[in-house]
Amino acid sequence: MAKYKSGLAGIFLDEHKLVKAVAQVRENGFVKFDAISPFPVHGMEEAHGIRRSWIPYVTFIAGLVGLTSGLLLTWWTSAVDWPLNVGGKPFFSLPAFIPVMFELTILFAALSSVGALFYACGIPRIDPPIIDPDLTSHKFAIFIPSDDQNYDEKKIETLLRSLGATEVRKAQH
Amino acid sequence: MIKRNQLILGDKSMKNITEDIVAPVESFPGRGWSAMFLGANGLFIFYITVVGIVIAYGMGLLGVTHPTAWGTMIVTFVFWIGIGHAGTLISAILFLFRQKWRTSVARTAEAMTVFAVMTAGIFPLIHTGRPWLDYWLFPYPNQRGPLWVNFRSPLLWDVFAVSTYATVSIVFWYIGLVPDFATIRDRAKDRIRRVIYGALSLGWRGTARNWSHYEMLYLLLAGLSTPLVLSVHTIVSFDFAVSQLPGWHTTIFPPYFVAGAIFSGFGMVVTLMTLVRIGFPQFKDYITIDHMEVMNKIIMATGLMVGYAYGSEFFIAWYSGNEYERFTFINRALGPYAWSYWVMICCNVLIPQVFWFKKFRRSIPVMFTVSIFVNIGMWFERFVITVTSLARDFLPANWGMYQWSFYDAGVLVGSFGMFLTLFLLYLRLFPAISIAEIKPVMNVGKEGSHHG
Repeated sequence: MAKYKSGLAGIFLDEHKLVKAVAQVRENGFVKFDAISPFPVHGMEEAHGIRRSWIPYVTFIAGLVGLTSGLLLTWWTSAVDWPLNVGGKPFFSLPAFIPVMFELTILFAALSSVGALFYACGIPRIDPPIIDPDLTSHKFAIFIPSDDQNYDEKKIETLLRSLGATEVRKAQH
Repeated sequence: MIKRNQLILGDKSMKNITEDIVAPVESFPGRGWSAMFLGANGLFIFYITVVGIVIAYGMGLLGVTHPTAWGTMIVTFVFWIGIGHAGTLISAILFLFRQKWRTSVARTAEAMTVFAVMTAGIFPLIHTGRPWLDYWLFPYPNQRGPLWVNFRSPLLWDVFAVSTYATVSIVFWYIGLVPDFATIRDRAKDRIRRVIYGALSLGWRGTARNWSHYEMLYLLLAGLSTPLVLSVHTIVSFDFAVSQLPGWHTTIFPPYFVAGAIFSGFGMVVTLMTLVRIGFPQFKDYITIDHMEVMNKIIMATGLMVGYAYGSEFFIAWYSGNEYERFTFINRALGPYAWSYWVMICCNVLIPQVFWFKKFRRSIPVMFTVSIFVNIGMWFERFVITVTSLARDFLPANWGMYQWSFYDAGVLVGSFGMFLTLFLLYLRLFPAISIAEIKPVMNVGKEGSHHG
């Protein structure tokens, strides 16, 4: 499995210890590590040094594209391709087209944002290796891949244990 | 400082929470669930039969005649769409307002939304009379010109609104479910379950980077769903309000319909939640009496809004000086359909007033009964709007009653079979409370925690 990296994983039982440990691991110069938790942990972004997600930009642009497509669709079909006189209303009756434009804005923005999440998280992913089945229930982990800077298994093991890891093991992620 | 009640009772560990919530998915259904499922399934089969006959022989089997060409199909469509709105309100709007109590009920309310919209969507499709040509509703390049759809028609706006609403609701619900599917996958003892939930979980791993994107997406979807849900019932109300008919042609319709939708939806949420609490006793620690009380308060508040709208409609009908408008409203209250008007008033305005008393707001039998009345009343509200306005319009020569038939009753009752079948399956196959979302709020209101 070339897609997945091997490395060391430390298992934690407490979310507060995890956040502190993540900050320490980062201070020790590691860059490519991952913190794994069953739910989004408060304060993790700051400790981990994660920047604000870029998905809102996708949402905004997709929303604009949706709005424009709604306008072009209604205008082109009603006023250009086959203009039909409906109750004497103008061919390009903008106020009546607003609902369709609005709905397409929301539809494009929502679906593209979900697409962006899939891209950002690399999902869907078939049968990824699982460090510990409890990581989606009540345990937490820090995983340091072997290609990270200053990777030294002994040092990492002592570091993770000193930070409160109950267990350190070799893992794939 | 005002003390906050605990959101989750019973001093549970994270492991307990996972086990409690996943239990219905991992255990074999008991007798109660099976009995209800068979009942719902029977009703669903009856529904399929009735709908099949209506499609085969045509809409004439229902009570639609001249001049009441809109009947049960439209009434029941609006009824189900409205029910869906409470789910989106809980999952999206209360999320934006940071209402932590929403977490316990959001998943199931969203499931209700998805199933209610699925149930609703079928009605206008049959109502077209030739459902095999329903793809004509969408603008696509065709060999007839191409002849395009009429974008100036509210009915076409409805196609876009309801299909967008269905899509976004399903996506929002599914994204919320992904981390919980991963939990079930990781707990799975047998291979089949691991493969199925593994596929549903999309290979979710829960790294901090993933969660950061995930939380942002959840916020964005909540932000997009909020105007969407308001737009959907606004556009449904345009189906009526954009026409010229007295009783339909009013500007109050969009907010009035949205308030009514939230009212009816919370009625259904309370009905379902009381049943879920009985069926799965371990959920009583998550969906507490406090949760139910808050929802009952919302029922009462929106019920008052709906009552205000009824009064305001009457006042404007008189104040406008338009004799047709006046006649329509007097006819609603005193005419041949007066009984349906007063059923509506009793169920929607009078009965929810019992929630002024804390004792009744916190009593499961009382809230269950009231929620059933709310459901009945809100169906009748749409009946009153649709049928009484059509039955007596401008010219007495053009009057006529709705010819209620067996098939009207069949599609109305049968649609509950479809909804309940889907809902009961959901309770057994999907985690009914968000496992990942409930853990961050598990300490709210606990002694000695700084989160309270």
